[in-house]
Parts: sequence; C-alpha cells; structure tokens
Amino acid sequence: MNGSAAPPRPEELYASVIAGLLAGVRHVAVGMLSPVPGAGALLAAELAGGTMRVSILGSHEHNRWTNGGAELFDLAGRGGVDAFFLSGGQIDGHGNINLVGTGAYPATEVRWSGSFGSAYLYFVVPRVILFRWEHSRRTLVEQVDFVSAPGRSEPGIFRPGGPIALVTNLCLFGYDKARGRFQLRSVHPGHTVEEVRDQTGFDFDVDGEVPTTPAPDAERLALLRGPVARQIAGIYPAFAGKVFGPLRAAAG
Amino acid sequence: MPTPVLPLDALAAQVRDGASVTVQKGDEADVPMALAKALVRRGVRGLHVITLPTAAYPASGMMVDLLIGAGCVESVETSGISLHELGAAPRFTQAVKAGRLKVVDATCPAVYAGLQAGAKGQPFAPLRGLIGSDLLRHRSDYRVIDNPYTPGDRIVVVPAINADVAIFHATRADAEGNVWVGRDRDRLLAAHAANTVLVTVDRVVPGSFFDDPVLGAGVIPAPYVDAIAIVPGGGVPLAADGGVDLAEVRRYQRSAASDEGFAAWLRDEVFAPETALTA
Repeated sequence: MNGSAAPPRPEELYASVIAGLLAGVRHVAVGMLSPVPGAGALLAAELAGGTMRVSILGSHEHNRWTNGGAELFDLAGRGGVDAFFLSGGQIDGHGNINLVGTGAYPATEVRWSGSFGSAYLYFVVPRVILFRWEHSRRTLVEQVDFVSAPGRSEPGIFRPGGPIALVTNLCLFGYDKARGRFQLRSVHPGHTVEEVRDQTGFDFDVDGEVPTTPAPDAERLALLRGPVARQIAGIYPAFAGKVFGPLRAAAG
Repeated sequence: MPTPVLPLDALAAQVRDGASVTVQKGDEADVPMALAKALVRRGVRGLHVITLPTAAYPASGMMVDLLIGAGCVESVETSGISLHELGAAPRFTQAVKAGRLKVVDATCPAVYAGLQAGAKGQPFAPLRGLIGSDLLRHRSDYRVIDNPYTPGDRIVVVPAINADVAIFHATRADAEGNVWVGRDRDRLLAAHAANTVLVTVDRVVPGSFFDDPVLGAGVIPAPYVDAIAIVPGGGVPLAADGGVDLAEVRRYQRSAASDEGFAAWLRDEVFAPETALTA
C-alpha cells in the first residue's frame, strides 16, 4: 500500500510527466488499453481545477457521448479533441507508428491487433502523446515495418495534428515537427543518457546537458493516490490495485 | 407488420455462405455469441466479416476469433481484433500467420465513414488523415481525390459499406419488433447500413418502446429489423449490463491457444449443447 509519503512508483512518474504535457488542454481523450495515460489525464484535470474535460474509452464516468463510436472522431475532425495518446508495437525515429505487425505485410511474422483510430487521430489531434513502457531496440526502431500512421506529412496535406512527445520507461523525448525527429528532453531518475542511447534503435537529438525528469511532488502524489486512483480503479481495477494499492484503489 | 420471431437456427440460416457481415465492437451487450455458435454448427463458410470498427473487447474479440478458428471466415475488414486486456486473439493471429485469413486493415473512422455513407445510400465518404500511411497504400478501394471546393487539397474517399447482413445482440425487443439499444448508436448505424438485419434478444416485452419517450430515444425501429430470435443469455459471456465474464474469456483464450484445445472447446461449448438438446 502506498501512503502519500511513499516514494513515487514508475507509473506515477510517467503519469506526472504526461500531466505536464497536457497543461492548458481543454479536452483530452484516452483510447483503448491506456491506464497510465488515463491516470496522467485525470491528474492534469485535477491540477487544472475543472477547466479540462477528460474522455476515457471504457469508462462510465468519463464517457459522455451520445452518438456512438463515431462521435469522438467527428469531434476530433472539428478540432474538439486537443490531446490523445497513441502507442505502437514499433515506433520509429520519424514518429511513424506500427500497430499491425512485423515482417513483410500482409504476411506478417507477428500480427498485432490493428491500427485502431491512429491513421486519422494522428492527423487531426494537435497534441498526440506517444507512449511505450518497453524502451528497447525492438520497439524503438529506425524504420517501422508498417506505417499505421505517419509522424509527419508532406506540405499541403491537411495536418493540424501530430506527435509532440514520446514518453517511455527511460525518458521523455520531444518531437520536432519541422525536422521529423525526436530530441531527448529528460531522463528518468536512475537512468542515464548512455542507457537511452544503447536502448534506442533510432537516432535522436541531444541538446546540451539533459536534465533528470522531475519526480511528482507531494501535491501530485496526493492527487494521484486520492482522486485519480479512485477514478482509474473504475476503469482499470487491476492496474489501480497494482500501482495505488488495493485498499486505496477500492476506497472510493 | 411485426418483425418475424424465429428460432435461433432459422435466424442463422439467413446468413448465407460468402455473405458480408457486420459485427459490433462489444463494449455494450451487443455480441450475438449464441448466433455465432449456431453459425459454426451450421458450417457457414466464406464470410467477409466487417468489425464496426473493431472487435477488441473481450467478448467481441472472442466471437470473431471463434468464427475464424472454426473456418467460417474468408476475410475480415477491421481496425483491431484482440481480447482487450487479456491479450491477442489466438485463432486470429494463428490464421494470419498460416496465411489462411485475408485481413483488410482499416482505421476506425474509415469504417464509420463507410457505414455512414452506406446508411445514406451514397457511394462514398471523404475522410481526413490516412495519406502517407501503409494502410492507405494497401487499400486499393480507398482513393485520394482533389477537394472539389478547395483545389489542391487532397483528401481520401472510402467506399460505402452496405453489408449483406448485420448481426448483433440486444437485451430486449418490444411486441412491435422495435429493438432497444439505449445510447449505443453503433447498432443503429449498422442497422441503417446493412441489407438484412438479424438480431438476438434476451427477451421481448409487451407494448411499444415508442410509448415511453425515454425508451423511444434509444430504439432501432422495427422496419429496419428483418428477424429476431429470442435467446436469453444470447450474449454470454457478455451480461445485459455490458459487463463481461472474464474468466470465461480466459478459459476460451487458453483452449484456443492450440489446434487441439480449440477443437475440444468447439466440441464442448458449441456442438455438445446441441447434441444435448436433440438427444
């Protein structure tokens, strides 16, 4: 069980990083199988004090839609979703993501579930935050085997959206839209720039001294372990139990 | 004229070999598991399954996986197939690896756009995004056109989807054959776009949902519904409130990990109940 004095767990650090990337957002949506982004979005909403709407697929409390699954995409097309989260079996140095599989499509060696809404939301949501909790050369590759959604587009293609960052279990990368490259923004406590370099399959920019990712402060930890834990437990009970402790997760 | 109410096997008989069939995404009590099992018993072949837009919740993933594993499916158009937090859909991934299943990869809003066009009787719908993806490159039926209102603005168009059949479950129909779906517009969209609509329901209630404006707001009107079968628990492992029996899906997942295990699961869970009924 995590009291508010217990040191932050990795998931709490990632959620805090994500919350920082959501400052100023009016509406953030969270897709399938995204418990840490969900926690990050709920933390950001707590910090924003009622000015941020959070929509989470699979939630009852945060699922205020009345026009079916199409409504999220329709609203996003109108510019009504400011931030979203995507991951990939592979993510490459240009921000291309692959949710389909490895090998020569369609005869993929490993077949993943599919591209979901990525090939659209990556284009129309202004702040797409990429996440991957296995930072390795297997997942962060030079070139994806299949482009479910491209990191950037040619001039003239309608593209108000795209990646702004990639959060992993080792570090936070920013994304330079003009150059189509990642740059190392901070390294999580206990890890090093060398380790990030060793574990990353693509080339990225490092600009001077790289700071350590700030751990969540006492206020953020209290929010994560209080209202955020209560809300996330309704959507991802197993995750909430693991990260926030069974008593705490069930307490709301 | 009220919607015909048929026995389950008669409903299944309306799905012809080679039919295109839409199925729902499984976050509501919308998965017609009993009907899928009846289709497997009938030995339907060559289905073109279209997931609206995914089958990536536990029960929807399991149903599509089961149809694929039983050899009923020739191709599947989808934006995602999995057993949600339980992991990959075993028969789906196995069939892809063995080259026995054609996967037509899509993205969720493209499936919705195709259905919306189909529901309006229009030939296609435009959609932002997709340009520069391998998804688009491998879809010869998706095209890129010049926006006729803003020359130079390239935009994707996707063809209308009018499936031969939409199949889904719902908790209840009324005496007129109206089907209640609450705020789940996805089943309404499927019914508007498909040429034949086959529905299993847990029960039929007296009267008309339209007599209550609260219920009436969440109804598929009977004229869209071609036939109904009353199958209490027809969505199991999905309960009427949309909750799923994860233990049941896990048991399926473990069995379906091997050819032998899947064959045993089919024997016990699909063919044995029928034997028991006819014995």
